[in-house]
Parts: sequence; structure tokens; C-alpha cells
Amino acid sequence: MMLQKGDKAPDFKLFATPDRQFSLSELKGKNVILAFYPADWSPVCSDQMVLYNEMLKYFDKYNATILGISVDSKWCHLAFSDSRKLHFPLLADFEPKGEVSKLYGVYDEQQGESNRALFVIDKEGYVAWSYLSQVSVNPGADGILDALESITPKN
Amino acid sequence: MSNHLKPEVSSHDHVQGSAKASIEIVEYGDYQCPSCGVAFPVLKEIQEKFGQQIRFVFRNFPLSESHEFAMPAAVASEAAALQDKFWEMHDIIFENQNLLSNEGLFKMASGIGLDIEQFKEDIQNPQLEQKVESDFESGIRSGVNGTPSFFVNGTKFDGDAQDLMDMLTENSSIE
Repeated sequence: MMLQKGDKAPDFKLFATPDRQFSLSELKGKNVILAFYPADWSPVCSDQMVLYNEMLKYFDKYNATILGISVDSKWCHLAFSDSRKLHFPLLADFEPKGEVSKLYGVYDEQQGESNRALFVIDKEGYVAWSYLSQVSVNPGADGILDALESITPKN
Repeated sequence: MSNHLKPEVSSHDHVQGSAKASIEIVEYGDYQCPSCGVAFPVLKEIQEKFGQQIRFVFRNFPLSESHEFAMPAAVASEAAALQDKFWEMHDIIFENQNLLSNEGLFKMASGIGLDIEQFKEDIQNPQLEQKVESDFESGIRSGVNGTPSFFVNGTKFDGDAQDLMDMLTENSSIE
């Protein structure tokens, strides 16, 4: 089952670059957007990551950090990230393959890839919003912004 | 995800065609995006073919991290708008997309007869970049997920410019 609003977001530790591991708990106190996607280099995933790359300052306004996650390896992520000039981490759910995707209930066993799924996790580490997109559709960012807005206290 | 245009077309937008037109097409585009370059002549064809029935609106959606001249080009078009030449600038940029550079934009600005001193001053006005960014944000809120994205009468159209042409052609033959 895909994790839903109100569920505790399981912690994880994955490679973000060839020599650095990244854990969710490091981001405690910040809102976190997890963008699971099927594969580096595929057309829809590329468009989706390129879009989020343009959105970083909007996410920042809501004290939010975005992390991309797929089953590609750290070296593949590095090449993809360089080629698209991405300024946010791509995490490698590579060994054991798809372990974190499974924890979040968004692993496609048949394809051996993550589903295209979004989670917004609040500062306390609970899922505030989740969304499963069709694999062929780039879900954009409006749902993420609405979710961030809903968990941000109004001044 | 959202598929409704937010906010609606207003006096802040760059509009071609009559407010009474029955079909309102809004494009979210990036001047350096190759697919937007491909869409440009097709949109012209749509406007020609359907004439008075079409109202066309362009909103900026520059993917600045991927396209270094997307934002400068968008700002240049807004500066041209201050001299009532938005569409001339919009067109000349898409017609010469392969020549996009800072120098190229100045050449295009002279090409359409802008007052260059004024243009130079205006492109440094931070309000123009803010206008472009507010277009971008409206796109995000409307569910734009890449460029070009089209909205027809306020609803996101799932397809490219040629699909749009085909859809309009098909609908007009039914009537």
C-alpha cells in the first residue's frame, strides 16, 4: 500500500553522489518532497526533473527540499544530473534494489522500477500528501505547492 | 492535477484577436525551447485558418536552468511590449531561435524598430523579470508540466500544436 496522509515517513539512507549518503532524518525540521520516478534519461522523467529544477526557489519559500529517487545507480544519477544541470539530489534506490520505494509502497515489481509518485513530508516526519501519477504523465508541481501551502501556517 | 487556467486571461496578458472569439488558446512557452519553435508556425497557421474565431495569448514559462537565454528573451519581449511591439518581438525571436544570444536579442530589437536606448534601460527594470516570473508561477498553478503547454477556453489541452490544429479542424468540419 502506498503511504498516505498521516503515516509516519520511514527513514532511509541512500547514495546521493558516489561518495555521499543521504538520510531523510538529516532533514528534520524541513518539509521534504520525495519524487519517486521510473528512470533517469526517459523523456517524461527528464521533463519532470527539469521542471522541479526550476521550482527550487518556490519550494524554498515553504522551507521545503526536494529529493528525486529512482532505482538507477549513483553513477547514472551523476551523469543524468550533470546533463540536465540539476541542483537537487537524486537518490539511488539501487541496493537492495527498490528497498525504499517498497517501504513507501511505490515499487513496480513487473518493471523493476519505482512508480511515478510524489510525497510531501512535514517537518515532524509525517506524510502530509501523497500522489500516484500515471507512469506516462508528468504530474507537474501544482499539487506539491498546494500541499506545502496547506501545512504552512499563515502569517 | 490541475488542468484549469489560473488566473484567467486579463488585461495583464498579451493577447491577439478579439475578446468575442469563440476559441481562446493560451500558450505557456519558452523562447529557447525547440518544441515551442516547432509550434510557432503551426500556431500562425491556426490563427490564419480560423481567423476571427481565435484569440491567442502567450504567457512566459522560461526554463532558465536548461535554457540560458530563455529568461533574457522573455524579458526582451516584455521590454518590447512597453513600446507596443510585444508580438513583433515574440515573432522575430521564434523566427530566429537559432540566433538567440544577448547580442542576437539586441539585433532583433533593432530589427523590429525599437528605440534601443529605451530598450536597454527597460530590460534592466526588475519589474519585467517579476512579470515573467508571475507568468511562470501561474503556469505551475495551472498544471503546466513542460513547454509548450496549451489551454483551450481555460482547460489544459493534452497535445502539441499540431494536435491542436487537428482538433480544431475536426470540430469545425462537424459544425
